[in-house]
Amino acid sequence: MKGFRSRFYTSYESESAILPTRTQKVTVAVLVVLVLLAPFGVIPGMRFLVEEPSWFRILARMFAFGVAGLGLNLLTGVAGQVSLGHSFFMGVGAYTAMVVGGEGVGFGTETGFIGYGLPIWVWLPAAALVPAILGAIIAPAAVRVRGLYLAFVTLGLVFIGQHAFRNMRRIAGDSEGGRGFQALELGGFSFTRSTDVLGQTVHGNAVLFLFFFVLFVIAVLFHKNFVRTRTGRAWQSIRDRDIAAEVMGIPETRYKTLAFAVSSAYAGVGGAMLASLAGNPGPATWDLNLAVVMIAIVLIGGAGTTAGPILGALFVVILPELVEGATGWLANLAKSGEGMGATLADFVVATGPADFGLISVIQGGSGISVFDFNNIIYGLLIILFLIFEPLGLFGIWINIRNYWKGWPFTY
Amino acid sequence: MSPTVFVLAQSTLGFWEKLTDPFVGAGFLVNFLVLGSLYSLLAVGFVIVFKATQVLNFAHGAVAALGAYFTWSVVIKWEIPVRWFPEGSAFSTKNTESILQPYLLTWVVGLILAVAVAALLGLVLERLFVEPMVGEPLFSVAIITLGMDIFLRTMYNDVIGVRSKPMGDPFGFNSWKLPVGDQTMLLFWAQPFIIVVGIIVAILLVWFFRSKYGVAMRATAFDQEAAMAQGIPVSRIFALAWIIGGGLAALAGTFFAMSPPGFTGAHLFLPFIAFRALPAVVVGGLDSVPGAVVGGMIVAFIEIFLGTYFGFLSDWVGNGFGEIIPYVVMFVFLLVKPYGLFGTEEIRRV
Repeated sequence: MKGFRSRFYTSYESESAILPTRTQKVTVAVLVVLVLLAPFGVIPGMRFLVEEPSWFRILARMFAFGVAGLGLNLLTGVAGQVSLGHSFFMGVGAYTAMVVGGEGVGFGTETGFIGYGLPIWVWLPAAALVPAILGAIIAPAAVRVRGLYLAFVTLGLVFIGQHAFRNMRRIAGDSEGGRGFQALELGGFSFTRSTDVLGQTVHGNAVLFLFFFVLFVIAVLFHKNFVRTRTGRAWQSIRDRDIAAEVMGIPETRYKTLAFAVSSAYAGVGGAMLASLAGNPGPATWDLNLAVVMIAIVLIGGAGTTAGPILGALFVVILPELVEGATGWLANLAKSGEGMGATLADFVVATGPADFGLISVIQGGSGISVFDFNNIIYGLLIILFLIFEPLGLFGIWINIRNYWKGWPFTY
Repeated sequence: MSPTVFVLAQSTLGFWEKLTDPFVGAGFLVNFLVLGSLYSLLAVGFVIVFKATQVLNFAHGAVAALGAYFTWSVVIKWEIPVRWFPEGSAFSTKNTESILQPYLLTWVVGLILAVAVAALLGLVLERLFVEPMVGEPLFSVAIITLGMDIFLRTMYNDVIGVRSKPMGDPFGFNSWKLPVGDQTMLLFWAQPFIIVVGIIVAILLVWFFRSKYGVAMRATAFDQEAAMAQGIPVSRIFALAWIIGGGLAALAGTFFAMSPPGFTGAHLFLPFIAFRALPAVVVGGLDSVPGAVVGGMIVAFIEIFLGTYFGFLSDWVGNGFGEIIPYVVMFVFLLVKPYGLFGTEEIRRV
């Protein structure tokens, strides 16, 4: 145990490594192995994923949110520029992917969709490039203002974007149904169909999950490298004190523009991933609520850290599932009608049209729907996290770690 | 998004004929003044909260929508105060048979009750969520209000349902028929009413800022610690600002829901009206009450002007483009004047 607690960095290289400590190396390695093995059902505790493959879609959703969240974290957490317009860039990325990669149905006619049907290695980079260019174009307006005024500018983007998406029928599809996303395939290999690996069938959802995991890992590596290099240091100095940064010779405008462009590129890829999961995302997908969810991912996870947005995305995606599961469980308990637990559950959930309850699991029951209940929990969680734990989930982890680091001398 | 009640009936006139037509011009003027009053009311609510507490209240629209819902509950659903009067007394009957046409007096009593409830809501929000954040970064508090917005908006959506809730018209949908040119224009009594209430509120606010509490609020806005050292109860001033903000929001929300000629009622998109008033705040300057009024008027002017005379643009930029014009105006303004027309420029010390 000697030297276990007092581990200091002895060189700059070791401190700025991607994974500076042995604990982190081991944790990340274990997590990666778990993710890679999960689709094969060889790990006892994770068999439920294989038995219920819809879980893989949910986790793939988490990766999509994670990629977009990492982008917002670069802009808001690292460079300190508030953005409420992330969902706009996600929408731009999604529709770029559809235009470049989608089939041009009735191309050239009045009602058809514009599409070039190019392969994934063209449309995925395009989904990053076009939002990045758009972000760089908008940046000069955004760089002029700071703080809360910037929040206004980016909020305006969401509403302008909503209007544009709704009116670009030939790109975004009808405002009712939206346009179908193209199949995810590379050189004839489909990422959504079941395949055989080493004599074992892997479900299509699991293949998609693995593909998104690869994209996610690339995004995390880029994020980490942005933060720990010259660019990231410049962003952090602008965040901490912009005048001081300028005095030190950091070209503020150029780095802010770069932050907007990079963050928008992340948003575009995340948006394309999300759109491919949704199938046919309507223009209403990219609204203010999505922008707030992105902010929530960054804040709940912990702004400015790499692990933060990952934790935030996990939290934001898993929470609705948990709420749904919990209300379903309560409804069953209420229906069984036995004991005090049933009475309590009956008070909380409404299972029939005439039944009283705070949450209704059926259409038209009294109380609020499960979906609305989820929204309310989101809102409250954002508030409570900011009031009690401004550093988010990452901050909670730091507190726990520091407690045990000095144990039993924890004062 | 929200119904474009302010846009005149599409006429077949050409652009130049429209520009010189007195009928179109009169309609434009009325619509502009009504929308301007509504935006100003909303923007002033924002600004008062921001000026006193440095908090940008993104939940303003949700509070406004809930205020409209309160008005509906009090006036239409529970019929307060009519139900308390015995049968046969002067107030026991309504204006006519329709429930949507209450007496002006009963309607105003109901509106005051609703405004009081919304003010209370503002106080509760401030004490629960904003007070613990004093001294934290401004951005964190702004995000907290976004959280408040989500959960208030969800509750609102839940109580409002799919059918919009009418506010009723205390003037019995009466209108003047004004001869303009060779045509007759309908001017609903409620339209000048909204404008007049807007002006009265503006005068009351000017008076308020000259009173003892107003001076205390200005001192708090200038420097919280120095104000505290002078014996000003800063915490109470914060609460007061949120109470006024909530009340103004409810007033604006109700007027938006009852504004002629649409009389659309409180619907699912009502909470977003405040986001359309945000550009008015930015144009006027975040911390200036007169600026909010001027900003509201400017944004409403451009929105209605383009909607009235440039309606043909919708062929190129899509239907309902009037709703995003405030944001475009805001962009242009921020490029020219980053702190708005009347806003205090942030002096940054090194």
